[in-house]
Amino acid sequence: MIERSPLLDALTHALMIVGLIVTAFPIYVVFIASTHDLPSVNQVPMSLIPGNHLVENYAKVWSKSDFGAKMLNSLIVAVGVTVGKVILAAISAFSIVFFRYRLRMVFFWMIFITLMLPLEVRIVPTYAVAADVAEPLRWLVWLFGIELALPPVNLLNSYTGLILPLIATATGTFLYRQFFLTIPDSLVEAAKMDGAGPVRFFIEHLLPLSRNNMAALATIMFVYAWNQYLWPLLITTEQSMATATMQLQKIVPGPLFGQPPIWNEAMAATLMVMVPPLLVVIFMQHYFVRGLIASDK
Amino acid sequence: MADIEIRGITKTYGPTRVLHGVDLSIANGEFLVILGPSGCGKSTLLRMIAGLETIDGGEIAIGGTIVNRLEPRERGCAMVFQNYALYPHMTVAENIGYALKVAGRPKAERLARIGEIAKIVGLEDYLDRKPSQLSGGQRQRVAMGRAMIREPKVFLFDEPLSNLDAKLRVQMRLEIRRLHQRLGATSIFVTHDQIEAMTLADRIVVMHGGRVEQVGAPRTLYATPATRFVASFLGSPAMNLMPAEILRPGLARIAGGVDIAFDPALFAAVPGQQVELGIRPEDVELVRPGTEGAHALAVQFVEEMGASRLVHGRLGEAEFAVVQPNGRGTEGGETLAIALPPSAIHLFDIGNGRRLGLEPQRLDAVRAA
Repeated sequence: MIERSPLLDALTHALMIVGLIVTAFPIYVVFIASTHDLPSVNQVPMSLIPGNHLVENYAKVWSKSDFGAKMLNSLIVAVGVTVGKVILAAISAFSIVFFRYRLRMVFFWMIFITLMLPLEVRIVPTYAVAADVAEPLRWLVWLFGIELALPPVNLLNSYTGLILPLIATATGTFLYRQFFLTIPDSLVEAAKMDGAGPVRFFIEHLLPLSRNNMAALATIMFVYAWNQYLWPLLITTEQSMATATMQLQKIVPGPLFGQPPIWNEAMAATLMVMVPPLLVVIFMQHYFVRGLIASDK
Repeated sequence: MADIEIRGITKTYGPTRVLHGVDLSIANGEFLVILGPSGCGKSTLLRMIAGLETIDGGEIAIGGTIVNRLEPRERGCAMVFQNYALYPHMTVAENIGYALKVAGRPKAERLARIGEIAKIVGLEDYLDRKPSQLSGGQRQRVAMGRAMIREPKVFLFDEPLSNLDAKLRVQMRLEIRRLHQRLGATSIFVTHDQIEAMTLADRIVVMHGGRVEQVGAPRTLYATPATRFVASFLGSPAMNLMPAEILRPGLARIAGGVDIAFDPALFAAVPGQQVELGIRPEDVELVRPGTEGAHALAVQFVEEMGASRLVHGRLGEAEFAVVQPNGRGTEGGETLAIALPPSAIHLFDIGNGRRLGLEPQRLDAVRAA
């Protein structure tokens, strides 16, 4: 419904501007807070004009809380999760869409149902497995009555432990599946006639064709992985493995410690932690939109 | 190059059987066209030869080897698809050369072959383009080039011209024919367009409801259709067909009491037999009113076709069409005097739709004599 009248134009613009303010104002406050020193940030009400401690706050919190190393950790985890998800989802969707085998739909629904089981729901069993990967195997071995001592394999405090449980993704599989379903059968058949086997078809046709999808998925998943808080908090006990989001929480000493929260530094850190996902979204925006909306052919 | 033997092929999708035991032999280097309305099983048959559909019953041999269990790539067939099925992410050169790349040929050889093929199909200036930047005819050429580069034993065409506009279709038809003359590979071409079939084929296979109705040279099928279906499907405008009763050998009566003479040597018809009588609109002769044996055609309306016009009217109680060569115009409401040459009359059994009496082969002999 496209209707143009000055009144309607004004109204829609007004709505848009209100929406923008509602969304952007908190971020503005965060920014302002990060430019003041501690006394002025704790004034009520807080000033809405930028202060002059911007560089000082950022430099201080960066070195004090070791954000260089933490951001690197976060980056490794986010990239690992993203790459893993993009690859795993592509392969699983490839299997579900292009192969005819028994229980195909069962597998599809099993993947689909995990949409309803986010990490937070299955966090205890996941932790148990991560604490000793061999445990389920040992249980199986025991079930069959075999005497076999499997050494414990511990994923706590490792990048593998941080990344692996986050990789499985129903969203990604579903996104790929929907795209693969739009690929005409004759394209598959043409590749068959040209002599390409399944692996070749996957690598030389499907993957290049799903570039936009991959970009969209990678963007969403990078942000998702970067923002992970609960899982890193559980699985890492060593400070050296902490991620940036975990570190944020440590900057704000709660009232428990009897200290006033250092809001200006906390806000500076928050903004810094927001930057990498923001950059990813900005750079990928072009593909992101194309991948989610329509397939160009 | 290879001959193809098809023996007793059947195909069933769920409860519906789409092919009821098809037998065909295709000679080496022959251009065979499979013609039929949509849903007659012609594409299914082609895809079974290509290896894209499993074979439920019977066997297919290409060049003496039974290919029932072979993968498409092992059968030595190349296929041109209806919607071309070009790889959208690859350039024209990559599309054409893909089969060689899969086969692991060195790059220099590939480039040389791509160059050669591009020259044959006239795409030298477009090698770096993507399919989306090409016109319909150019895409069609890429599809043909892609099929040609493997030097296949057999070319399979699945309605490759149906997405083109009328003018391009005629042009590509000629090019396909020329290509076949040049390469001499066995070709099977599936279409629902009888003009394509007539112009391209060495032999035509007419299929209907999963069965082969008739196989033969275009001329034979046109002149002596073996069934009512072939008679109505081949030829444009379509043959006039009407129920009739045989009065005596050589004479039949259609509804409305019009008596039509036919050649008793061609059809073994029994008096009283109910038949379907047919004559092609172009075989009808226009005569002077009052001529001996002439019939009156009550004209209803006229279709202008440029070189000729198609006059629709009623003969007795039957719908009847006549091709009138250019000349004097006819208007609706007039009456035309027409003569139906006995030798141009076709008779079909009203029950099973088969041509009455003689087999088409014997008919040819009778005609020649």
